[in-house]
This record gives sequence, C-alpha cells and structure tokens, in this order.
Amino acid sequence: MKADMAQEAENKDTDQYHYSKNLDNAVQYLSFALGKEEYGVDILRVQEIRSWEPVSRIPNVPCYEKGVVNLRGSIVPILDLRERFNLSKAEYTPLTVVVVLQTGDNNKTRIMGVVVDSVSDVISVDKTEIQSAPDFGAKVSNEFINGLVSVNERMVMLLDVDKLLKLEELDQDEN
Amino acid sequence: MSIDMSQFHQVFFEECFEGLEAMESGLLTLDMGDIDSEIINTIFRGAHSIKGGSGTFGFTVVAEYTHIMETLLDEMRDGRRKVTQPAVDVLLGSVDCLREMLTAIQNEQEVNNASVAKHKAALETVLNGGSITLETVQPVDHEVASKEVVTATVEQEELVELEQQGWKIAFCPYLDLLKTGNDPVRLFRELNELGQLTTIVNIQDVPGFYELDPEECNISWDLKVIGDISGDEIKEIFNWVEGDCEMEIQPLAAKTVKAPPAAVKEIDPEPVITTSNNPAPKPVEVKPKVVAEAKKTDSQDTDNEAAKTTAKASSIRVDTDKIDTLINMVGEVVITQSMLGLVGENFTMDKVGQLKRGLAQLERHTRDLQQSVMNIRMLPISFVFSRFPRLVHDISSKLDKKIVLKLVGENTEVDKAVVELINDPLVHLIRNSLDHGIEMPADRVAAGKPETGTIELKAYHRGGHIVIEIIDDGRGLDKNKLLAKAIEKGLVEENNLLTEKQIFELIFMPGFSTAEQLTDISGRGVGMDVVRRNIQSLGGNIEIISELGKGTTIAIHLPLTLAILDGQSVAVGDETYIVPLVSIIESINITERMLNKVAGKGETFRLRNEYLPVIRMRSIFNVHSGNPTKSKEGVLVVVEGQGELCCLLVDELLGQQQVVIKSLEANYRRVEGVSGATILGDGSVALILDVPGLVRFSIR
Repeated sequence: MKADMAQEAENKDTDQYHYSKNLDNAVQYLSFALGKEEYGVDILRVQEIRSWEPVSRIPNVPCYEKGVVNLRGSIVPILDLRERFNLSKAEYTPLTVVVVLQTGDNNKTRIMGVVVDSVSDVISVDKTEIQSAPDFGAKVSNEFINGLVSVNERMVMLLDVDKLLKLEELDQDEN
Repeated sequence: MSIDMSQFHQVFFEECFEGLEAMESGLLTLDMGDIDSEIINTIFRGAHSIKGGSGTFGFTVVAEYTHIMETLLDEMRDGRRKVTQPAVDVLLGSVDCLREMLTAIQNEQEVNNASVAKHKAALETVLNGGSITLETVQPVDHEVASKEVVTATVEQEELVELEQQGWKIAFCPYLDLLKTGNDPVRLFRELNELGQLTTIVNIQDVPGFYELDPEECNISWDLKVIGDISGDEIKEIFNWVEGDCEMEIQPLAAKTVKAPPAAVKEIDPEPVITTSNNPAPKPVEVKPKVVAEAKKTDSQDTDNEAAKTTAKASSIRVDTDKIDTLINMVGEVVITQSMLGLVGENFTMDKVGQLKRGLAQLERHTRDLQQSVMNIRMLPISFVFSRFPRLVHDISSKLDKKIVLKLVGENTEVDKAVVELINDPLVHLIRNSLDHGIEMPADRVAAGKPETGTIELKAYHRGGHIVIEIIDDGRGLDKNKLLAKAIEKGLVEENNLLTEKQIFELIFMPGFSTAEQLTDISGRGVGMDVVRRNIQSLGGNIEIISELGKGTTIAIHLPLTLAILDGQSVAVGDETYIVPLVSIIESINITERMLNKVAGKGETFRLRNEYLPVIRMRSIFNVHSGNPTKSKEGVLVVVEGQGELCCLLVDELLGQQQVVIKSLEANYRRVEGVSGATILGDGSVALILDVPGLVRFSIR
C-alpha cells in the first residue's frame, strides 16, 4: 500500500506536463502545495516522495520537528513545513506527502523529510525569470525563499533547501 | 609496464607506521647491559623494509634517512658497536622524525627539512663517533659479517661521493631473481633514463640447452651509466632486487672492475637464452643465496609480527579464522533459509512444528552471524597500549622519575571504534599518574617504597564490558586536600558531608586541579572532566579507588562494542524508549503514594534507607499520550548515571533485547537525554536513553 502510494506520487510528477523550454539555464523544480500556496524545491535535491507515516516523536524539540522515521535503516527526521512557516495546521491524511530532501553541508550530506499537503508538478524555470522575493518586513520570514517565479499565472516560491534544513539553526532553536 | 604506484601508497604507509611502531617498541625494550640480538634484528628489519619501500615509491628523503639508521643498526646487530643509551635515544628521535616525514608525505605536505637535517646530523654523529671499532673487530667476525662490513663501508663511501660523472655496476643476480618477479630489463630501462647506459652481458654461467631452466637467471651484467647521477639514484633503482643479487656499484673513475673476462654481447631487452656449451659450476653463489633466503624469511616474520596498526588506520587486518567462521555461519544461514523455503512451498498446518524449528534455528544462526560480524571489528587493546611505553619512557626521563610500565591483558579484544576513542583519555590518565601519582625517587625511598615506581595498565573483560585499569603505587589522593580545594573553589559547601567516593569524584569537576604547580605535562585542571565526558560518550564510566600513600587505581568500564547494546525497552505513554541494560541496577513496581516530595518540587523514593531522586519520564519528555491514570502506578527503573543512583519513572517494562545503535546525528542532531536511536522489530524507531545526560538534564 505504502509502496503503491510512493509509486503513484512519482508517476504523478513524471507523467505530468513538462515545460519544454530547452534552455541552457533552465532549472527544474519540484512544486508542492501548502494550503493555497505553492512552493518549489530544486529537483536534484529530492531523493524520494513518500506517503506520511507515523513518526517517533523526539522529546523537547520545536514542534515543527515532528520526529524521526526509519528510512531503509537510517534514521531520518521529519519536519512539518506548515508549522515551520507558521501556517495553519492540517490533519495528516493518507494523501499527505513527505518529500525526502538531501542537504549537504561541509561534504556531509544529510537526509530529511518535509511534510507537505501534496506535490503538484515538475516545473522548468529559466534562471533569468526568477525574481528575488520582496521584503515583507519582519512579519513574514522570507529567509528560506530563494526567489519567486510565476508559472501559468501562479506564483511559486522557490525554497533554498540548505537554509531550510540547516542544522545550526535547529540547534539555535534549541537554545 | 607503467603501473599506477599511488594505489599502493596507502598500504605502504600503513606498513611503514607498523614498522615504526615495531622499531619503537623494540628500542624501548632494549636492555643496555644484555643485548638481545633478536630485538635488534626486529628494529633492523623495520628500518630495512621502510627503506626498501620508500625507495620503490620514490620517497628518496625517507630512503636516504633510513639508510643511515640502517647502517647504525647493522653495526649494532653485528656487535661491532655497543648499544648505548644516547644511541638509543637518537634512534628513538629518528623514529619520530621518520614518522613526521611519512605523515607529511602521506598528507602531501612539505617535509620539514630542518628537523630532518637535525636528526640526520645526530645520527651521523653517533655513526662517526664509533667508527674506530669498525676495522678492529672485522677480522674476528665470521664470513657473513665481514661481507656486510664491506658493503656497509662501500655504501658509506657512496654517501660521501654524491656527484660523479658515471658509474660502473657489476650486477650478478642470484638464480631465483626472475622467480621473485623482478625483471632486470626494467632496471636497465630505468638506468637508461638516468643517463647513457651500456650493458655488457656475461653468459659464461649459462648451462647447456638441456639443463637450462628458463625460470633461472644465469646471466650477469656489467653496466656502465654515463651522466651526472648520484649513487643514491642508482641504488634506488636496485632497491627492489637488493637481497636477490650480488652487486657492486663503483664510480667510473675507480678502475677496479671485478667482472670476469667473458663472452661479451650487447644485450637484447629479453634475457637471451644462448646454447652455450659452457656449463660452468657456480660454487660462489650457494652461500649468498642462503643468506638471501634467511633475509626473506626475516621479512616475512616482520609481516606476521606487524599485527599492530596505528589506531587511525582506516582499514583493519582480520584473522582468517574470523573470516572462515563468518563464511561458515553464512553457509548455515543459507541452508536454514532454503529449508524454510521448502517448508513454505506447500505449506500445510501439520508442518507448523517444522516451521517453528526452522525459525528457531534461523534465529540462532542470525545471532551467531551478528556476533561473528561484530568480532571482525574487534581489535586487541594492544593497539592502544603499545604506544604507552614510549610515553612513560619520555615523560619519566623528563621528570627524573624512575617508573616502569607493566602491561597486562594487551590481547583483550575491543571494538575498533572504542580503540580509536579511548586513546586520548588514557594518555591523559597516564600522564596524570606519571606526573602527580608517582613521587620523586627520593620521596619514595623516604616513604619506604622501592625507588622505582610502577604503573600497571591492565585490561580484561567482565560481563559484556571491557575494564581498563590504571594502577599506580604513587602517593594516592589526599581526601582532605581535595575537599579543602573544592571548598576553596566554591565547588562544595563548607559543611557538606561527602563520602569518600564523592570526594574522589570531585577531581572530575571542571576547573579542578590539586597540583600545587602547573607543569607542561598536566595540572591545568581541564583534563579530568573532559576525560570523564569522553568516556561517558562511549557509554562507559570511570571510577577512582585510592589510598593515601599507597597508590591510586583508576578503572574505566567500557562497552565492548558501540554498535550493539543490550537494552530494556520501557513504555512511556504510547512511546517506547530503550534504557541501556548496563546502567540499570533494578526495577521496582510502585504506586504514587510511595514517592515523597522534597520541598514541594523534587520527588524522592526511599530504597533501602537511601533516598533517590526520581525522574518522571512523562514530564521530562513531555509525553501526553497514553492513559494518564496509569501513571498512578508505574515502574521505577533504578539506574546509575554520573556515578550516582537515580530512578526513572516509566509506565511499563516491555522486554529486553539487543538493539543496533543508529546515530541520530547522521541526519539530525544531538537530542538531550538521548544517546541514539534504534529500529524495533515492527520497523518503528525507538530512542535510546542517555542516562547520565538525562540526570544532568533533569537537574536543570
């Protein structure tokens, strides 16, 4: 059942319509939804897409760090992006998706999962079309946002995976 | 023909460091009065193989340097030179210098030429200082020795005459040169690269066609190289075949060619097989061949002896026995698996018994398999211990103390990871014993103790743990002094009553040092708390037993492996945690009423006249799940952390099992109160509790 789900999710992003702008400076992003907002992560950072499964809670950590799961023998932490971005909480359903991302700091790669509502698309983005995120002031944190791009009249926020999963920041949160 | 030599570099460096360790321990065991020739031989072999290897790989600096050491050692070996303490010290220095050089080369850094030159000069001084004895002893010595004297002197000459316009080489390989995998043509090609090479081949020893063994080398050569070449460059080329041939290298100026007049022929790259009717006997070659063989077995011995690798080596050597056991186990597992497969193929209920038996067998085999795999990671503790004789030797002479180090149980096996991590704490503890523990000789005599102090380093297994003890017969810890110091530093309240154990524990407090005077060896008071933290991070603990005036024993208990742990799973709400079995003293079923509040905050439990602090796992880990009424009753797990007892209040004990430790930090980060995670039978993740960390955490 679980495997089917993951397979389905993978099919979903390969079968769907791809932008055929074959430009040299095109970058592919995996887009996913959080509520009504759409975000994108560099597709090369995506290791796999899984369905949500119960995690083992870690005591005394920020609430958006949901816990850890066993991913083929390694212990992988799961972060809830809704809670990370202070969006309203959503119930986890069998359709809730975990995107497993790789992040590399100092030649050591870490794997982490982020909980999102659903993955939507693989989009090709021309680097020149990426606009920098406007400064929203102190109210909204845009520290994780690399830039904005509009695809089919929708705005997609491109996330900086390294910043998103940076552990120093997690450690600071602890203090 | 071009082989990428760099692929062998790692092996070469490992062997060099092994060789250096063997040399070092050999030098340290040399007894001045009574020279054991076997020890000198070991040291010599170490130097010799480093020289050979470094020559081959083109590390000329190392080869040149070892050559001088070798010359010195050679003389000691033949008894032509007395082994003196200064000489041994210089040799020890050289070992250090070589180690530095090799590390630098390994890390592709610049070799520190100044320090090399310094050590080289020291070596040469020792070498020249004793050269008078060289000639006088020569006639008395037996044949082999005198032969080596000749080569030794020749080599010395070459060192002086570095620059010559050309060289004449008489190269007479032994019969089995080709069998050792050496090809003279390669040597000639390399020589040709150095300068203009002319070869004259002597084939008078080649037997008749029917007696000819194509695997034997019956040819010898006279070579002439013209060019501005140093003798070392030439010798480097012949390094490979050293011991497999008779060779004479002379500068062209000296016109003493020993080559016998013979059939002369320009050489073809392939060794020519000529049907010469000249089956000349070769009586001369018999004896050197024996020597060569002897030398070869020697070098094999070194390989066997060199079961000592440096602790940082990224590869380990494993006994073939261990691998064989492993292969056997895998075979058993495969058999059981196919048996189970057979049962499953046409399964009927009457096969249940068979199935159960099969599963039980599989379980047993899996456990055995796991054990034998773990065994592969096990290394003898001597990997760590072997470096301490040197440390003790150096520091005791620096402090003018007389100290012997006794090693006991060096063959006790422990996980490789433990071996790597235990080194620094042990160095620190031994330095402490050397510096603070053992008294000055005069003080010892005054106290009625033997002048020479003893430090015993002991390792043994005890119930799934390895225990390492550092026992000295020094002055011991002074309880009153410790207590006074602690009060002075404000670490302890003045009227606090402490047990003896608690007082000794004080030295593990950060910023605590009893030494009246700081030395560069120890006494800055930063060490002991770090030592304890390191040992605890390995899942072990450390304790001190001391008697004033009699000595101190420091015992370190460590788990045998860091990869597997015996755990007790406990339930807290809906969550499962693993408590390391080693830290559990006992478990008690209790009800809420049995806990007493202290000052309205902390809770205690009275266990046999002792009040123990209670840590509620539910509140410390913010567990909200599960039936809260159940916590009215619970289980108290009495654990030991930080050397003190405390109780963990959990909902239920689930079961004991061996768990494989997985790092939380690999993808995540350190979590307070948790030392790692493991995967349970159902695939979910359970956290392993870090008991000392939990105790610290609960105090805050």
